[in-house]
Amino acid sequence: MTAVIETEGLGKRYRRLWALSDCTLSIPAGFVVGLVGPNGAGKTTLLNLATGMLAPTAGTIEVLGGRPAAGPAQLARVGYLAQHAPVYAGLSVADHLRLGAHLNPGWDAETARSRIERLDLSLGQKAGTLSGGQCAQLALTLAVAKRPEVLILDEPVSSLDPLARREFLQDLMEAVAEDGLSVVLSSHLISDLERVCDYLIVLVASRVLVAGPVEELLATHHLLSGPRRDPATLPAGQHVISASHTDRQTTLLVRTSDEILDPAWTAAEVGLEDLVLAYMNQAAGRGRHNHHLEVRT
Amino acid sequence: MIEFHLNGRSGVAPYLQLIHQVRHALRLGLLREGDQLPKVKDVAAGLAINPNTVLKAYRELEYEGLAAARPGVGTFVTGTLGGGSLAAHGPLRRDLQRWLARARRAGLDDESIEALFVSTFRSAAEEGIA
Repeated sequence: MTAVIETEGLGKRYRRLWALSDCTLSIPAGFVVGLVGPNGAGKTTLLNLATGMLAPTAGTIEVLGGRPAAGPAQLARVGYLAQHAPVYAGLSVADHLRLGAHLNPGWDAETARSRIERLDLSLGQKAGTLSGGQCAQLALTLAVAKRPEVLILDEPVSSLDPLARREFLQDLMEAVAEDGLSVVLSSHLISDLERVCDYLIVLVASRVLVAGPVEELLATHHLLSGPRRDPATLPAGQHVISASHTDRQTTLLVRTSDEILDPAWTAAEVGLEDLVLAYMNQAAGRGRHNHHLEVRT
Repeated sequence: MIEFHLNGRSGVAPYLQLIHQVRHALRLGLLREGDQLPKVKDVAAGLAINPNTVLKAYRELEYEGLAAARPGVGTFVTGTLGGGSLAAHGPLRRDLQRWLARARRAGLDDESIEALFVSTFRSAAEEGIA
């Protein structure tokens, strides 16, 4: 099956600053992909490269097997919802639907109409008078009704209150269940991602630190605790993501596809949130936390 | 029809929570053979969870022989869990209540009672008695 997004050594530089560097990914179709990372990590840059609004400085990117924004056919296959769900304040809900129908060859008027009805939006209302949650849902309606194969959403829920956020995600998951479309969404709200995403990409400081199906990530990361030990003495297949030590005890988050056989360790499963935070910490704290890793014996 | 709920803080994977809820409902007689499980789309939309999570739970239930998918219609309950034994619940519960009363008279607190029950249950299960 064609990958939704396939990149090879992808990079984007603004003047002297690399916003994204050496990014190699292959995201299979049918997933709801969560792109997480702190602000300024390069999430929006990656999404803008995927939609074709930016051109790469280095490497290549293909979306559904084609070059981003290569032509009308490619544009029709990709739905995009920019940060803060932009709508035209001076246009009514009905105007937005007309605009959507006019600009998108594959427009599904029936889907658009029934969604607007269900959301209880009145057609005559100006978008500028809608609440933040309603704006987001109007924008999502436009993106879904163009019937894309992949939907790309940049921080779709970060500015919404908890209720609007839940409603938006309910709406999105319904669309996924109905149309089987692939979704790539960026967020720093891991608790939301945990419910909706089954594929995760952690992006920190312009680099992809880890990417894969959530199930696989959870199965290959283990929280080990045991008597104090130098992480350098671990078996070759175990990669330390985070380590902390007391005078007697060592706690490690390791990534490995092998079983944990050492009886000295108590192994526990790790949740998605802890996993993501460990990677972010690792990237943020290189150098700063190094003294933690020393083992005094 | 049952309604699923999700505990985001339990640490139990969402698909397992759905499976547990179906099994629980089967045990208590809330779900019976022939009942339809909620549609994947409705569960995904209702709980704001990935539809693949629901599909995975339903596949697992099919694998256990508890449910079967009818293409285009939905997923239906095909098995029972302790269905025939529901009638025995009452007397067993009374036995357990008497046992609990004895445990309290012997001075055990809640935590000790639970620990004793769980450890006895586990060792019995390991010996193949249960």
